[in-house]
Amino acid sequence: MKLSLEVRTGYHCNSNKPLDDYLIPLKLTWAPGPLESPEVTYPAPQMEKYSFSPTPLSVYTGNFDLMTKFKVSASATPGQAIITGKLKYQACNDRMCLTPKTIDVSIPIDIIK
Amino acid sequence: MVQEEFCIARNRYIIKLAVRFRSIAAASVLCAALSITGCTEYSSTVRAAVKAEQERKAAPDFNLKDADGKAVKLSDYKGKVVLLNFWATWCGPCKIEIPWFMDFEQTYKDKNFAVLGVSLDEDGWDSVKPYIQQKKINYRVMIGTEQVAQMYGEVDSLPTTFMIDREGRVAAVHIGLVSKSDYIHDILDLLGAPQPDSPVNRGSLLVHPAVYRTK
Repeated sequence: MKLSLEVRTGYHCNSNKPLDDYLIPLKLTWAPGPLESPEVTYPAPQMEKYSFSPTPLSVYTGNFDLMTKFKVSASATPGQAIITGKLKYQACNDRMCLTPKTIDVSIPIDIIK
Repeated sequence: MVQEEFCIARNRYIIKLAVRFRSIAAASVLCAALSITGCTEYSSTVRAAVKAEQERKAAPDFNLKDADGKAVKLSDYKGKVVLLNFWATWCGPCKIEIPWFMDFEQTYKDKNFAVLGVSLDEDGWDSVKPYIQQKKINYRVMIGTEQVAQMYGEVDSLPTTFMIDREGRVAAVHIGLVSKSDYIHDILDLLGAPQPDSPVNRGSLLVHPAVYRTK
């Protein structure tokens, strides 16, 4: 599954592996459901320099995609289902930061044999 | 294919979730798009000059604990000018200001002035105490609560700093990183001291030498 994200111009969010322990990483998690063993792949981060930081930061800006590979549970029942997850992120621009946010992600799917 | 769109508006920002495709087969690739959108009011910092006295409103009182576990009430600071800074250890721009605030605390603490820091770190003292120790922060820092953040207008962007006058009223608000000289201007104004660019001020003990460096 591909989750396409867009960060507003002028803002950035930390990558999944920020270089400073104090920074809050981007993290996508999936709840148990008819699809299991999710493997989330994050894109390579950008190293960007901002006026408030003496060193470049590992961030995402603009458009990027998170890919998740699932396996269909052996017990999954064919038909409509919903997979749910949470996306946590923390965004800043060069003058201020927004408090961390967690977005509920809900995707309807059809499972067929 | 089914298109759905959800918009969640929460005051100052909009999160837009657009689900573009509905999968037909479990083996096929699902695609969803999500847009993290800040509203225009976040596109620049807000510089508010010190308000006229009649326009100032009472700063909400709070009762929080500092790093030593001692209670900190804003009302205990009545009679002092207070720089109340909301910040977090994950906030880069906040970290630019902290040395300035340490400087202000050192310079003006004997002139009825105090800096209070309110951290909005989710893990509380686990992150904040090591940071205080590492940076040798010389002013009182508390862990904020959602209630306190709401009382101060749902503080959602950091740094946000309130300049509070001797009567416990909000005299100015700074959202985002502003210049050190802006803070000095506010502090001197609220202390009733001459401004750094005033001829009266030359040689005054009230103005730290840094004032001249930042002008």
